[in-house]
Amino acid sequence: MGLFSNRKTIFVDSDILVIGGGMAGCGATYESRHWGRDLKIVCVEKANIERSGAVAQGLYAINCYMGMQWDENQPEDHVRYARNDLMGLVREDLGYDIARHVDSSVHKFEEWGLPIMKDPETGRYLREGKWQIMIHGESYKPIVAEAARKAATEVYNRIMVTHLLMDEAKPNRVAGAVGFNVRTGDFYVFRAKAVIVCAGGASHIFKPRAVGEGMGRTWYAPWSSASAYALPILVGAKMTQMENRITLTRFKDGYGPVGAYFLHLKTYTENAYGEEYESKWYDHTKELVGDYIDRHPVPTCLRNHAFLEETKAGRGPIRMVTKEAFQDPHKEQVGWENFLGMTIGQAVVWASQNIDPKHVNPELTTSEPYVMGSHATCSGAWASGPSDYAPSDYQWGYNRMMTVDGLFGAGDTIGGTAHKFSSGSYTEGRIAAKAAVNYVNDMKNDKFQVSEKQYQDLKETIFQPLENYQVGRNEIVAGTVSPSYLLPLHGLQRLEKIMDEYCGGISANYITNEPMLTRGLELLDMLKEDLDHLGAEDLHQLQRAWELQHRVLASESVTHHTMFRTETRWPGYYYRADHPKLDDTDWHCFTLSQYDQESGEWTMEKAPVYHIVD
Amino acid sequence: MPTFVYMTRCDGCGHCVDICPSDIMHIDKTTRRAYNIEPNMCWECYSCVKACPQNAIDARGYADFAPLGHSVRVLREEEKGTISWKIKFRDGREKNFVSPIRTTKWGSIQSPAEFPVPNAEDIHSQELAHEPEVLNVSGGLPALRPDQLKQGVV
Repeated sequence: MGLFSNRKTIFVDSDILVIGGGMAGCGATYESRHWGRDLKIVCVEKANIERSGAVAQGLYAINCYMGMQWDENQPEDHVRYARNDLMGLVREDLGYDIARHVDSSVHKFEEWGLPIMKDPETGRYLREGKWQIMIHGESYKPIVAEAARKAATEVYNRIMVTHLLMDEAKPNRVAGAVGFNVRTGDFYVFRAKAVIVCAGGASHIFKPRAVGEGMGRTWYAPWSSASAYALPILVGAKMTQMENRITLTRFKDGYGPVGAYFLHLKTYTENAYGEEYESKWYDHTKELVGDYIDRHPVPTCLRNHAFLEETKAGRGPIRMVTKEAFQDPHKEQVGWENFLGMTIGQAVVWASQNIDPKHVNPELTTSEPYVMGSHATCSGAWASGPSDYAPSDYQWGYNRMMTVDGLFGAGDTIGGTAHKFSSGSYTEGRIAAKAAVNYVNDMKNDKFQVSEKQYQDLKETIFQPLENYQVGRNEIVAGTVSPSYLLPLHGLQRLEKIMDEYCGGISANYITNEPMLTRGLELLDMLKEDLDHLGAEDLHQLQRAWELQHRVLASESVTHHTMFRTETRWPGYYYRADHPKLDDTDWHCFTLSQYDQESGEWTMEKAPVYHIVD
Repeated sequence: MPTFVYMTRCDGCGHCVDICPSDIMHIDKTTRRAYNIEPNMCWECYSCVKACPQNAIDARGYADFAPLGHSVRVLREEEKGTISWKIKFRDGREKNFVSPIRTTKWGSIQSPAEFPVPNAEDIHSQELAHEPEVLNVSGGLPALRPDQLKQGVV
């Protein structure tokens, strides 16, 4: 790589490396220090941990809080809730584990200065719903980041981690990660005894509804670039439930959240003609999923399903009936502050279109699909469970360790644990960190071994798009069209189109089948080959190039999983038209995949679902 | 709504560059002022708007669905611990909101290293930092028993 041979290489050795400084990463960093007083703990983040991750712009609610101190809920209640919402399939051992610890995280947030609203009559946290408490969370992330900064030995901002490093002394053991500084272009080699992946889930793998500037107004943050999945996938960690993408019912265009509207403001939906519509689709949905439609609360995907069917029947738009509730000034204030606290863009949409919900019932829409592991869905890595009660099939080592030794995860990274949200992701980071400290202690003086060849090869790969651009740019006069390279945005838009059309995106009404998925995989293969020809004009574009690489690998995983599960488990999230019904006989199980980097092959298998709680 | 920067207010300090989660606020080499290099990767999170000491950054709703003439302005005052919003509709109507952002002094959080070192055997327990006290429950950390496990459709 003649052009860039003078690039600096910076080595950072640590005991615990936390990749991603969002909620999970901040939790992992804090807890690592508590148990590992003398350990070197490094947190690396591609942005700035002060405002990074999905909570960057703030939150108006904490959606996972038990309230055990007031006997409001117990952890097993949350397991039942998440299992019900995900149509029976969650890792109950992991979910219970988060639920039993999550209150302690929230109590610390309040002690640190997060304003949590109180019920004036009881003095308890003000409930938005059974699991949600209301906060003034504009500074939720800066507060949590302050604690993490104090706990870390070092925080490295603006470093995009692209690959994990593997130990060459012991098979299947992680030994760190590599990446580059987006400002200086320096190459970073992080060698570590244990690695906790706390990176983000995947926005922008399916074509978004917005077509121009607005493509940034995705529901999940545009900087959530599937690193949570690509990093472990590349080194052969098993993934689970990657087909379980989520589609969200949200306010139109801004994707403003509806939780507070339904639960606290008691607003409700109706079709274009002022009719309630969900009950109309009861019999039809029961045909597809059986008794799951009778569960309470009705699973999120099934409510989406009624929305989609009513719209297809020509009775859209579906609206949120806000006019009654917004006559109450308190509710009006909550309705607006809810957006200003976490989805400012929705306030902008309403201001720009003169939508005052006091006088107009705003339109709703269903979003493009997202792949992530912390909201009402549970894609992610297959992880070992807690040692005190996890079934033996779910336990092969340390809590939250993946199927690669020394590789831990939390938040969007870990699969099977829906409904953890911000507080649960933070808590899972803490759980993973305590286990990682144990792992490091047990390693004693056992040193990892990373050859120069391993990181030098990666260095060449990582900076190749800069060279591709430099060379190819000389062939053309000006502009974005080159015969020898693709820009990251070109590749992103091709990915979004493939996933949209073949894997159940908005253009296909969330429908796919085996022939479509097969064709989608062929096109993804060609896209993967073309990624060798990505061209990056500068370091910012180099970041975009690697975000795209991560998204493509995650998308391939999603497509293989979608192909493997020959049923429609979550109608309203996506449909296998060739297997339109839920099939509990064959598919009341988890799907697992493993990628072989050498051959490029994916191996699929099933894993049992253990129901721990009645 | 992608952000944009007013030429006469920006002094090129780079706070927005430093904070943007999407890495899209950069300094223009000619004018030495900040601008949004990639509006279609802007989440409208307002991190840069809040961080700007000159109030030089504003947002204009996404061109593909937001008609012109609106504005959503913000003032974040760390010392006061508040955030203030002014929403202006296309037709001129206005709404104002103020919320608290923090109840303690900035920088006041204690590092976990400032707490007593946990007992050696506790590293093998299920309890996390500050537990069980911080849970504020009488029975300690809840747990399941292995004999509660069952397999089947629920």
